[in-house]
Amino acid sequence: MGVTHTPLTSQSSEPHRWVIARGLGRSYGDAAQCSGGVVVDTSAYSSIGLIDPVTGLVEVGGGTSLAAIMRVSLASGWFIPVSPGTRHVTVGGAIAADVHGKNHHRDGSFCSFVASLTLVTPAGIFTISPDEDAELFWATAGGMGLTGVVVKATLRLIRVETSWMETDTERCDDLDAVMSAMEEADHNYRYSVAWVDCSSRGKHLGRSVLTRGDHAPIGALGLANATSFIDIPAESRVRVPFTLPLSAVGPHTVQAFNALWFRKSPKRKCGAIVPLTSFFYPLDGINEWNLLYGRRGFVQYQFVVGPQHADVVRAAVGMMGPAGIPSSLAVLKRFGPGDPGPLSFPIEGWTLALDFPAGLPGLPPLLDRLDELVVGVGGRIYLAKDARLRPELLRAMYPRIGELEAVRDRVDPDHVLQSDLSRRLGIGQKVPS
Amino acid sequence: MNNAFNHPQTVVVLGGTSEIAGALIDRLIANRCRTVVLAGRDTDGLVHATRRAEARGADIVRSVVFDALENDKAEETIAACFDAADAPVDLVVVAVGFLGNAGADLDDAERIAESITVNFTWPAVALGVVARHLRAQGSGRIVVLSSVAGIRIRAANFIYGSAKAGLDGFALGLAESLRGSGVQLQVVRPGFVRTKMTAGLRPAPFAVDPDSVATAVMRGIERNQPVIWVPSLLRWVFLGLRHLPQEVWRRLPG
Repeated sequence: MGVTHTPLTSQSSEPHRWVIARGLGRSYGDAAQCSGGVVVDTSAYSSIGLIDPVTGLVEVGGGTSLAAIMRVSLASGWFIPVSPGTRHVTVGGAIAADVHGKNHHRDGSFCSFVASLTLVTPAGIFTISPDEDAELFWATAGGMGLTGVVVKATLRLIRVETSWMETDTERCDDLDAVMSAMEEADHNYRYSVAWVDCSSRGKHLGRSVLTRGDHAPIGALGLANATSFIDIPAESRVRVPFTLPLSAVGPHTVQAFNALWFRKSPKRKCGAIVPLTSFFYPLDGINEWNLLYGRRGFVQYQFVVGPQHADVVRAAVGMMGPAGIPSSLAVLKRFGPGDPGPLSFPIEGWTLALDFPAGLPGLPPLLDRLDELVVGVGGRIYLAKDARLRPELLRAMYPRIGELEAVRDRVDPDHVLQSDLSRRLGIGQKVPS
Repeated sequence: MNNAFNHPQTVVVLGGTSEIAGALIDRLIANRCRTVVLAGRDTDGLVHATRRAEARGADIVRSVVFDALENDKAEETIAACFDAADAPVDLVVVAVGFLGNAGADLDDAERIAESITVNFTWPAVALGVVARHLRAQGSGRIVVLSSVAGIRIRAANFIYGSAKAGLDGFALGLAESLRGSGVQLQVVRPGFVRTKMTAGLRPAPFAVDPDSVATAVMRGIERNQPVIWVPSLLRWVFLGLRHLPQEVWRRLPG
């Protein structure tokens, strides 16, 4: 590959040279930014090894995108085990954020499918797995890049017969209906996710479209698709050409869009065959969709609370309407048990992801109130999407963060690995008393 | 670090005893600010401002004493402020200024020199040093308190006004030179502000309180406005006033 692995060492001549790795930059916050320091572009580590035809194990570079892997793997009937909302993320980034997908309730998050990885740290290069230096492995899973740079990983892919999805869609008139539908039957599906309308007022608030499904077996495809079991997904050519001067996403456009989306969805439809890309990667349909939010951009907020705290989800959705701060996109999902990563986001329960135009008046205090609600029941927010959490709450949300900090002291005693996120939230730094 | 709403966590205020600075610090602490470094000349004022910031909930409040007549010590003062912050500095507010009395001061060469130094030379020297620190840090924001008095000079306060005109121009130029460095500079141009500095003067039209200035500055920071007029209407008022014939300008009230 022509790239040699060199240990990251503290450059003592310049005392303030922090280092953080960056993949494809899809984290919504400041996790892969490092002002005044060095940002490592991992795109050189983009190799894809041979896929073991029996186990589905494949060795890939840390800078390889999930899109690149699936272009290769689908041809031989293998697929990414955990898919976030976009396929344009790197393996290193997916590990650092321990990303989850629509199958978390059944399969867990990304790092559950990482058999081993190679990590470059200031203290040297480590090859680690859940069996070999499990402490460092799990600190790296969801560790936001603060334990080192993932240059290589062995992933366990899953078998698929086709590149199509067999889906069931149903409309639910309110939040209670969708939540009980998910509790009752999610276990029958590998993938499940609900889109929630957070912009309507009154009785429509919380109406949802629930989509669930699994990979379609060859037998489920009709004659029309019989010749193309496997379609290698093409990249969308639609793109937002420039940053809009003002946000196109405002209370009125959001409300109109949500109403349209809800009506367009079928009341109940079973067994629909849809392409894998539109099912997993709705965000990849329009390139640079973020520019729609205008110059001030958008903020995403995702939290998880235990299964018994459905009331927090209800309260959160309820806060949108009266505050006049509708979330432009709201996605509800049930998580299964989390993995052992001390900074890994998923824990068993309900997770709700909300998008807001950053310039909405009253948004910062609203999100602060949501934080209080979430932390009050032992929940937490997703650091990969955070750009505004109050640092005081971090340790209450991630009580095991000390384990990550201890591992970091071992592999990075000089605290060279820093991001804007770690400095903003005081990860690995002394907390002012 | 600054968050997604541009709310800073660590702030240095040069001229930290001023009323506008005090009102702004209150608002910053109400959002995310946890560390405040106050620099000023008046030690009693600094003690008072420190207590106020602590009462509002700041975790760490430190003060640095300096005199804006000592240009050669600006470098040292700024270094002391950055040391006291002990973290990346997200925001530096430059609120150093002194109005004086143009009529009386004109006969005294030293008074003229002092006014130009406090209102322009020292802040300019300090801004240069601040910019160097923030460039090295790779991030940060500078907010410079200018004044509409420097936009169109009038007889009543022309020494102050001309110094502010110099500072305003210096700051705008520095803002340009900082493009692409990760550091932003914003200029605030308040109209007449009712403070102890202007006590006893007849308020000009569009007079505001320190609180309104602080609110406008917060909003301007959140929106990255390069120039923040207070009240915002003054942007359009001065568009006209700048081009008034001197004959007319001279006769305007305020």
